[in-house]
Amino acid sequence: MIILFVEQISQPWAWYVSGPMIALVMFLLLWFGGEFGVSSTMRTMCAAGGAGKRISFFDFDWKSQLWNIVFVLGAVLGGYLAATFLTPAEPLQISDATADDLQQIGIAFNGGLAPTEIFSWSNLLTAKGLIVMVLGGFLIGFGTRWAGGCTSGHAISGLSNLQLASLIAVIGFFIGGLAMTHLFFPLIF
Amino acid sequence: MKFIKYLFIGILFGIVMTKSEAISWYRIQEMFRFQAFHMYGIIGSALAVGVVGTFLIKKYQIRSLGGDTIHFNPKAVSVPRYLFGGILFGLGWALTGACPGPIFTLIGNGFTVFLVVLASAVLGTLAYGMMRDRLPH
Repeated sequence: MIILFVEQISQPWAWYVSGPMIALVMFLLLWFGGEFGVSSTMRTMCAAGGAGKRISFFDFDWKSQLWNIVFVLGAVLGGYLAATFLTPAEPLQISDATADDLQQIGIAFNGGLAPTEIFSWSNLLTAKGLIVMVLGGFLIGFGTRWAGGCTSGHAISGLSNLQLASLIAVIGFFIGGLAMTHLFFPLIF
Repeated sequence: MKFIKYLFIGILFGIVMTKSEAISWYRIQEMFRFQAFHMYGIIGSALAVGVVGTFLIKKYQIRSLGGDTIHFNPKAVSVPRYLFGGILFGLGWALTGACPGPIFTLIGNGFTVFLVVLASAVLGTLAYGMMRDRLPH
């Protein structure tokens, strides 16, 4: 029975299972006294590294946020466990239209989670690699902190609490994402 | 030991994000090209459950495990910080195909080069902290 269960959860999860599970993660964090917001761990890392000595934004009791660091370490471990023990039988399926669009800008759909020709160590120091991974990461860190949250803090937690500020942030997320996909991707790739 | 419960929820989160394929660069491209319902279904159903649950927590003043009432901090409304910050994050989200949670989970999935994305994001956070007083909020 356990084998059957593992086989079952190894297949890709439908959206109507995945979404409520994410909400469950949020409620468990609230119940334990925390909150669901991943990007703030990066502020905690800056503070733990000593940035609070010079920059007041990082001068706070970062030790009170250690629970969130443990949570993201769990997220790494969960990714490892899923990849190792819950391997799906079939490759990932995406819409044909997306696969065609990506083909046109020279990115082949490989049935995995991400295009390995972009997200690899050997591609890191190319122009595309630097733009996608280094600039991309920088924009995530800078933007989430300016906006005070990311997908978890605003799109899930904030909108669940009907916060107008979070709605403005999520509109911003989509303006940025749509502009990158439709205006800048053809220039980058 | 008081942190172990957070490790377990983190593991659950990592498994959910992997099996839902929400950590997939391709899935994020589908979303920003409006070519599949998958990501909208995930975020929408998370929100539907989230809105009802949050309402109930507030209505019945549910207490946390530690005995305190769970409270939610209202966010002060302003446009520039949420819109501009949000746009910058959105640009990075589409480039990397990952928001902060998936960055961590992708590393666990063997995409170790996301350690660079993470380091860069921490650097971006640091840069924001340095420029904060000069940015509109």
